[in-house]
Amino acid sequence: MRFYEFECRSVLGKYGIAYPEGGLAKTAEEAEKLAGELGCPVVIKSQILASAAREAGGEKVAASPAEAKAAAEEILALEIKGLSPVGVLVTKPVESEKEYALQVTYDAVAKLPVMILSDVPRKNLDDVADDTPERITRRHFSTLAPIRTQVYTAKELVRGLNIGAPELNRLTQIASKLCDLFLQYDLTVAEINPLALTGDGKFLAVDVHMDMEEEGRFRQQGLLDEFGIPSTETRGVRGEPTAMEREAQAIDAEDVRGLISPFVEFDGNMGLVIGAGGGSLTIFDAVTQAGGKPANYCAIGGNPSVGKARRLTKLVLSKEGVNKIAVMSNVVSNTRADLVARGVIKGVLDLGLVPSEVITIFRCPGAWEADAFKILDKYNIDYCDRTVSLSEAARRAVAKLDD
Amino acid sequence: MAMFIRIDVNEDVVRDTGVASKLIETCPVKIFAPGADDKSVTVVDDNVDECTLCDLCEQACPDGIKVVKLY
Amino acid sequence: MGIILNDDFTFIVQGITGREALNFTRECLNYGSKIVGGVTPGRGGREVYGVKVYDSVREITEQTRVDGSVITVPYQFTPDAAFEAIDAGIKEIVIITEGIQRKSAVEIIEFAKMHGARVIGPNCLGVISPGVCRFGSLGGPAEDCKKAFGPGSVGVMSRSGGMTTEICNALTVAGLGVSTAISIGGDPVVGSSYAELMPLFEDDPQTEAVVIYSEPGGPMEAQLAQWSQDNNSRLPIVAFVSGRFMDDMPGVSFGHAGTVVHRKVDSPAEKIRAMRAAGISVADLIGDIPRLVRERTGG
Repeated sequence: MRFYEFECRSVLGKYGIAYPEGGLAKTAEEAEKLAGELGCPVVIKSQILASAAREAGGEKVAASPAEAKAAAEEILALEIKGLSPVGVLVTKPVESEKEYALQVTYDAVAKLPVMILSDVPRKNLDDVADDTPERITRRHFSTLAPIRTQVYTAKELVRGLNIGAPELNRLTQIASKLCDLFLQYDLTVAEINPLALTGDGKFLAVDVHMDMEEEGRFRQQGLLDEFGIPSTETRGVRGEPTAMEREAQAIDAEDVRGLISPFVEFDGNMGLVIGAGGGSLTIFDAVTQAGGKPANYCAIGGNPSVGKARRLTKLVLSKEGVNKIAVMSNVVSNTRADLVARGVIKGVLDLGLVPSEVITIFRCPGAWEADAFKILDKYNIDYCDRTVSLSEAARRAVAKLDD
Repeated sequence: MAMFIRIDVNEDVVRDTGVASKLIETCPVKIFAPGADDKSVTVVDDNVDECTLCDLCEQACPDGIKVVKLY
Repeated sequence: MGIILNDDFTFIVQGITGREALNFTRECLNYGSKIVGGVTPGRGGREVYGVKVYDSVREITEQTRVDGSVITVPYQFTPDAAFEAIDAGIKEIVIITEGIQRKSAVEIIEFAKMHGARVIGPNCLGVISPGVCRFGSLGGPAEDCKKAFGPGSVGVMSRSGGMTTEICNALTVAGLGVSTAISIGGDPVVGSSYAELMPLFEDDPQTEAVVIYSEPGGPMEAQLAQWSQDNNSRLPIVAFVSGRFMDDMPGVSFGHAGTVVHRKVDSPAEKIRAMRAAGISVADLIGDIPRLVRERTGG
């Protein structure tokens, strides 16, 4: 989950990394007041969970409190990538002599955390690595040893750009502190970009970005409480769930037997009752490649109850324009084909529809398949066994949409 | 209404063998509920199609419970 | 013979008294695997399907040879369980547990590296060499497992447990069969990547080709492409990349935790491009995999 910049600044503060003076304003009036207290000019910056807010007009400089109010009004009303700001950050502008970019993240190839430093600021570090690899340097560090025993690795990082006195020692300290807080708060990215060296020899974190891993939430309750982030706040990049998606979440929550989520609505007309994780990705592609337009994504797993499969089926068929479904999964070992068959048929019958007409294909080979086949035979549903690939089954299903 | 599974209960056998509470406990999908008294069970129709064919009820009372597949 | 496992491979199950562990312990025993003990702290002295339960790993390693451990304890306790197994000298660690923190995974992998142990997973189902040994929960009940995993000549590595079974089933149905299949895990950081396991397949006389199942997100496919370019491997590789619909949806996760596309190079389109450039055959349709394997092996 992503943090807002004002939250990131607070995390930096706990570790003694300095940032430009200022604070959060939730309204234009608060921005005006804050600008007055700080003294103008001030920078007004959108607090939004989207990248590139600056480029999208989310940052302005104001020469007076009145200008600050006007700028804040404008920025607060500005949606970026479908997201709305929760406030504006009002800060003193920074006059930098030199700027750097400093990031800590995981390197999934080395399977270690890595610190990255560049003297090309205000750019995506992946692009810097592609365009000017000589101006970026990396150093891995250990998750097992305390940071205080590996400060030298941060020094080696800084030396990687041939930086000497007087910046060397200060940058080393900032980099090792960033490593420390990165591990402490279960972050997946901590980036200060730009990190500005001011005329009086101070370093200031002019822009900060932090992402915390979802799996870290249970350990970071203290921090989340401090920021007033409730457990229901997902900060997903997909925006608000649709009514259908909320209903799918409710179905999962009300019955703990197995899973149907993630459930995501799409624009098409082919209802999908599919599983499991990797299988769903593969089936969704297979349906699309066969010329079908999926109405939804879902991922049945963990052996759902008959009732859950039934409710999922009804939900999928409740969407406007969807009157056919494909029931498919990879070869199952845990989820039972017979229970899925029972649930899907019950769901279709609940709606007063005919299973053999609505279910274009049933392809869930594996656990209890013999029982499933008997059930499907009884209702004349077209099914296939493990000798038919997912792509071939999807092709057959899509072909029936034209009937 | 259950469509896939039928549970046949011989009430006398269940009563005589004293397995009512065991049946209620043992079914993983709560097909059995307490009957008129603590020696008998009723079948919860809403749960019958959830039957996983685990056989635990038939093992608990071989002569009193039959699980019948309707397919 | 396949890789990692052999006829005499012995392993333990950590968290053996949990619901899922009970299931796959029975399934592995039915398959013929040699499970020499189980661990659940506080449950020492019990037995599970004839397997003795101990309070600690060392109580088992002190009396018998243990080649591997399957770990399926709640995510909060997974790092400690893994450290314990590695410290007791076990060299092959399968971590089934889902939802463990990235930091914990990295800690475990770092610790394993220091001790010369290999980690498969987390968030995986384990390893199987059909007819030799089953190490983990791949394939479900022994009878189903035998149907989907026939012995043969193709090595399989997959980021999805379910798709490991699906692909092995397709190879078995096609008469090609499987040498060893590894569910490598669906998390952003896993202990063993495709490229790191390739040299093992390279050294295995039974393996004549390798199939990988991959997903959006992460650098493992690019790493494999690089490995393929740098090493003159005798093994043709056939890849399948799922989640191609996610090309237009950066930042979104649909399947496993590792599927988020953060960078351009993580996207399915870019992975396919890099692998094809390295001579890896990429199947457009999942059903094309057996045919491509045949074409590449001249079979």
